[in-house]
Amino acid sequence: MKARFLFVAMLAVAIGLVVSACGPSTPPFQCKDKLGCVDIAPNDSVHIAYAFVTSGENSTLGLDTKYGAEIAVDDKGGKVLGHAVKFDGQDSGCNAEGGQTAATKIAADKTIVAVIGTNCSSEAVPGAPIIANAGLTMISPSNTAPYLTDPAKRAPGYFRTAHNDKVQGAAAAEFVFKQLKYTNVATIHDGGPYTEALANVFADSFRKLGGKAVVEAVNVGDKDMKPVLTRVAAGKPELIYFPVFIAEGGFICAQMRDVPGLEKTTMMGADGIFSPDFLKACGKNVVGMYFSSPDFSAFAGGYQALVDKYLKKYNQKSTLAPFHAHAYDAMNMFLTALENPAVTVKDADGTLHVQKQALRDVIAATKGFKGVTGNLTCDPTGDCADPKIAVYQVNADNFSSLTMPKNPIWKQGQ
Amino acid sequence: MRRFSERLNLTDVIMFIIGALILLLVVVGSAATLYAGKYTTRQWLDLVVFGVALGSIYALIALGYTLVYGILRMINFAHSEVFMAGPFTAYFLADAMGKSGFLDQNLFVGLLIIFAVSMTVSTIVAILLERIAYRPLRFAPRLVPLITAIGASFFLQYFFRGLYGPNIKVYPEIAFLKNVIRIGDLNIQYLQVLVIAAAALMMIGLQIFIQRSRTGKAMRAVAEDKQTAALMGIDIDQIIVITFVIGGALAGAAGVLYALMFKQVNFIMGFIPGIKAFTAAVLGGIGNVPGAMVGGMFLGIIESIGPTLFLDGLNVPAPQQLKDAIAFTLLVLVLIFRPSGILGEKLAQKKA
Repeated sequence: MKARFLFVAMLAVAIGLVVSACGPSTPPFQCKDKLGCVDIAPNDSVHIAYAFVTSGENSTLGLDTKYGAEIAVDDKGGKVLGHAVKFDGQDSGCNAEGGQTAATKIAADKTIVAVIGTNCSSEAVPGAPIIANAGLTMISPSNTAPYLTDPAKRAPGYFRTAHNDKVQGAAAAEFVFKQLKYTNVATIHDGGPYTEALANVFADSFRKLGGKAVVEAVNVGDKDMKPVLTRVAAGKPELIYFPVFIAEGGFICAQMRDVPGLEKTTMMGADGIFSPDFLKACGKNVVGMYFSSPDFSAFAGGYQALVDKYLKKYNQKSTLAPFHAHAYDAMNMFLTALENPAVTVKDADGTLHVQKQALRDVIAATKGFKGVTGNLTCDPTGDCADPKIAVYQVNADNFSSLTMPKNPIWKQGQ
Repeated sequence: MRRFSERLNLTDVIMFIIGALILLLVVVGSAATLYAGKYTTRQWLDLVVFGVALGSIYALIALGYTLVYGILRMINFAHSEVFMAGPFTAYFLADAMGKSGFLDQNLFVGLLIIFAVSMTVSTIVAILLERIAYRPLRFAPRLVPLITAIGASFFLQYFFRGLYGPNIKVYPEIAFLKNVIRIGDLNIQYLQVLVIAAAALMMIGLQIFIQRSRTGKAMRAVAEDKQTAALMGIDIDQIIVITFVIGGALAGAAGVLYALMFKQVNFIMGFIPGIKAFTAAVLGGIGNVPGAMVGGMFLGIIESIGPTLFLDGLNVPAPQQLKDAIAFTLLVLVLIFRPSGILGEKLAQKKA
């Protein structure tokens, strides 16, 4: 009796399946993707999340990238495949704990199809594996630590439109050695992955060129930099390179001239402090300081239009940091990939099915993508940038108007 | 002999060995650094001056912790926010005065106004804190006010964030204070003189107030024994409010000195100095006013000079990064040999 009932039930199910498969309407979408799919109902929006630092001392970095990505959405008319794009996210705080929290929250939200972030490399170290485990794809517009795309350590699904600091550190060293003709330098980092790696790449490259370089370190949150600067002063360096963030960089720069022996030492920073907020934090000592940063003058023709839109929409110069263009490109890579039929299947009623593994594959296969920051091609380790590093110098006018210099004084390879 | 071994338990032995090892490392490291002679006398003196200036500020904040602990037996973790509230509010005034040039022309008056505003705001915050967060819990178990203090600390941080925004604000630069006095190898900026002198004056004033005045006597009595003090006709509530007022005013003053030295202020600026000052209070012997001063100075100087002196000779790379580790290791060292802090025991004996 029981067996017969089971047989009938199975038969019913089988017939049901056959009938529905042969029905007059197109077959319902079945997700065959290895990592699963995100289904978006006809009236729902396509949800892209960010993990940016949007509060605290380093918030300009986060707001800059957020604005860059938002403009990319605007340029697409706010829509992809007829669905509105919803772009929101989490504050990742520019530290490991914040990165982990933000990534965990994003991973828990099943409506998210893609992630743009993080800002600081320290956030991505714990954050990227969590996003990867959730099957999501993330593109960072501003992580530059070499660690993140190291083949042995990279989280699958992690990409970046920012340059790798192997490039920046070497370029900065080349500038100091060949252009400024200095032979004795010091560099200060704060122990975080971005700053430590960049300082060490700089020092190693500088030593390879034949100079002498000392590496010193402070802690994130330190305020009294005079002791460490006194240590540095003992080596009588001609230049100090401090690729740190705005808070610590501001303290180093502001206290530099108070330390005997460093009254005339040249200062140089990196892209993490290439922002008007840093000029404020440092004060007048900043005049004459050098910065290594992406070369904005080498960006494609669309860059100026992007800056104009940015200034018009957000009406503030103070957030213009180096990475809005990278964020713009990252968002465009996602929007373009989502329109690819290999990634997103659209039902007749407008329902979208985004296949997660396919999205990763399509992003990974990016080749010659025409972005604002250059022609982007993703290599197998997730580095998609077209890195062009330049050196800028802040002058008195920049300081009084709190704007960053527009034209580089030196470009790599020239 | 047998009695001696009975008295000596394993924990004591291990603690003693740890202490001895730390001490050995300190001595060997210092000797190696000094022998290498990489740093000039002038640089060592600079480091000491930086340390004393920072230590003075730690000491001023530490007084707030130690006074409240002495009287309420409670650690006021929101004190770091009292420290933040004053200078964060006074920034707007300082900025306006700096931009209009008033501060450069009338430096003394300008600074006095900034100090007055900052100390007033910090004091008001401290009074409200006592009134709203602590007084209703006066007779609750000890853990309850502690948790409330942490909650109040977060509340104040985010209240001021909402009020003035999350970004850093930068105090104006005062050219006059950048001048340097030279005495032989010793170089001191006017700013450092101001910080050290102002802190010393306030601490001496406080000590005299506590030891000589009627109210100070009442404060000591309440610290000793609340019930008995009340029976003697002392208004305990009033004394506690006075304690918070003094702690708040000192924190407000410390905040301005801190802002003049480091320029940047924001809503989270109190957190790290607060932790350091609390450490200084424990180091000096919590509940003990001169102890807080000694602890603050000790911590400031060790943070400034310690990494270079102890670790440079041992060829540790980038030792400045380890300054907190060194400071806290020395805290452990002090507590191994003097469990109640540098000056803690004396007070305990007097109380007994």
